[in-house]
Amino acid sequence: MNDAKAPPLVQVREVTKTFDGVTAVDSVSLDILKGELFAILGGSGCGKTTLLRMLAGFEHPTSGKIIIDGADMTDVPPYERPVNLMFQSYALFPHMSVEQNVAYGLKKERVPEPQIRERVAEMLSLVKLGPLAKRKPDKLSGGEKQRVALARALVKRPKLLLLDEPLAALDRKLREHTQFELANLQYQLGTTFVVVTHDQDEAMTLASRIAVMHEGRIAQVGTPGEVYEYPANRYVAGFVGNINLIEGRVTAVANGRATVRSDALDADLAVACDDPAGLDGGACIAVRPEKITISREAPNGGERNVVKGIVRDLGYFGDQSLYRVRTRSGAVVQVSAQNLRRSAKLTVEWDDEVFLSWEVGSTILLRS
Amino acid sequence: MSNESNGERSLRWLKRAVAVPYLWLLLFFLTPFLIILKISVADPVVAQPPFTPLLEWGADGFEGIRATFSNFAFLFQDGYYGIIYLASLKMAAIGTLLCLLLGYPMAYYIARQPPERRNLLLLAVILPFWISFLLRVYAWIGLLNNRGVINELLLWTGVIDRPIAMLYNDFAVYLGIVYSYLPFMILPLYSNLERMDLDLLDAAADLGARRWRAFVDVTLPLSVPGIIGGCLLVFIPAVGEFTIPALLGGADTLMIGRVLWDEFFINRDWPVASAVSVVLLLLLIAPIMWFQRLQSREHEAGR
Repeated sequence: MNDAKAPPLVQVREVTKTFDGVTAVDSVSLDILKGELFAILGGSGCGKTTLLRMLAGFEHPTSGKIIIDGADMTDVPPYERPVNLMFQSYALFPHMSVEQNVAYGLKKERVPEPQIRERVAEMLSLVKLGPLAKRKPDKLSGGEKQRVALARALVKRPKLLLLDEPLAALDRKLREHTQFELANLQYQLGTTFVVVTHDQDEAMTLASRIAVMHEGRIAQVGTPGEVYEYPANRYVAGFVGNINLIEGRVTAVANGRATVRSDALDADLAVACDDPAGLDGGACIAVRPEKITISREAPNGGERNVVKGIVRDLGYFGDQSLYRVRTRSGAVVQVSAQNLRRSAKLTVEWDDEVFLSWEVGSTILLRS
Repeated sequence: MSNESNGERSLRWLKRAVAVPYLWLLLFFLTPFLIILKISVADPVVAQPPFTPLLEWGADGFEGIRATFSNFAFLFQDGYYGIIYLASLKMAAIGTLLCLLLGYPMAYYIARQPPERRNLLLLAVILPFWISFLLRVYAWIGLLNNRGVINELLLWTGVIDRPIAMLYNDFAVYLGIVYSYLPFMILPLYSNLERMDLDLLDAAADLGARRWRAFVDVTLPLSVPGIIGGCLLVFIPAVGEFTIPALLGGADTLMIGRVLWDEFFINRDWPVASAVSVVLLLLLIAPIMWFQRLQSREHEAGR
């Protein structure tokens, strides 16, 4: 579906938004491709909602441009944009039935009445709400309201559908189920979705690409895999998933590999590095807990970084175990291990002296 | 155990506390009404009090109940009262409509201000209550008089060469009603509009509605309870209004409040006066009952 040569559906160009001198969005540039399920991920106050509201047309950028499907939308009001928004609060009209809510946008578009009826019925059956068409929103459950909001936004066949924290108001079980339904629906319709969320799991499972925002700027854009395995900076590494951050200094760079001395771990760690620029000062090494192997015997051979420590904390979850291992200097490393073999006895116990090792290829070098 | 009995005890206290205002209403609203009702079925006599008693006591005790509906019959036979009831309803209805047209934009404006500003503006709306109602109505006489502030100013600036008759006519009564009752329209409308979820307006805009359209489609229908509440608060007291037509109205301004006054104090026909007020009450109960039913239906729909 994604045509690499086609121009992006949405082009955000150097967009900045300030409120009373406070910068909410700071010269953000983004390309969103046609048919993508794109997620904007970030903590509260990172500017993601402001960016979304600018895409919808509720906020006007202080500077910069927003181009949607080749047309400059910067000065176009929300009611004239080929964009629809599903509100976090759903914002269903309480005095209208489900049917009337969904039909509202088509009526404003002056679609002929028989077509409205047809499209509303079609959309309601798509989100499995046909039998509830005559109900008022206050007689619906949270999940049903969410589907009405979705139907109301999609029935206008927007070029771009924006979803503001689409799953935040649902309870956990429903959320997992709805997540897959949403992704399925997006695949069926081929509409470009932009989801704003603070929940990294939601972004990872839903999106084909993620933009991580921090303090009004884009920290990284990439596929869920890229963002998780190749974080561009400390913020992304720490925000998405669990990670061990190890401060150190570069002692040697040779043959596409840097050696970083960590006093905290009392170890020299190797990491892939093609470009030594900017490494003269300190560097930060990162490694995900699940990439680390924990063992009582010294690992033999291979391209591995090895650290020694003592098990201080142990959490057994059945499918996996979490360890917190303290090195001699007091630094703590998190390790998670799948319990692949069936055994009631743990191979590693509290206060055991252990070796932690991970592949050089799993080691992340963070420059900033 | 002790927690439960604590809860029960506080519930019992709550019930007692709630009983106080009910008793108050019973004593000071229902009792006078029953007295009025009693007088309305009596015959007028030249005596003190000027009506016949309901219960007749003879030499050998209780003789019977004496009640007549002739006062009510009189009200219906004499077209005069019917005309005045209609005129009062009309004046109150027009006054209410004017209050609504003026109060809605004001309430809307206040509700959309930042919270600190809202309280200041609301204070300004209820500020006139600090001064006695009667004094404020009198103040209008000073303003509207042929030699009042407004006419003097217009004459002095040369806009007019003879004073405009602004006092002692229907215009002055409407002005008085709108001025006096506007806060009663603004407050319920404000509390309704202030509660509205502003995301709904964004949603309407997102779905293709311009601002005015979004107002008509969303804000207006959702503010109907506020509109009805405000209108009842203005309409009901305005129908029976006495002070404003008496002080600002002309000789031809007929309102039921003035007729009541005349029957009581000039004709000293207390039974007819009482019948007039009983009929007025019945007339006004109808819209209240209608509103009640509308609200309970809405309440049920909400569940």
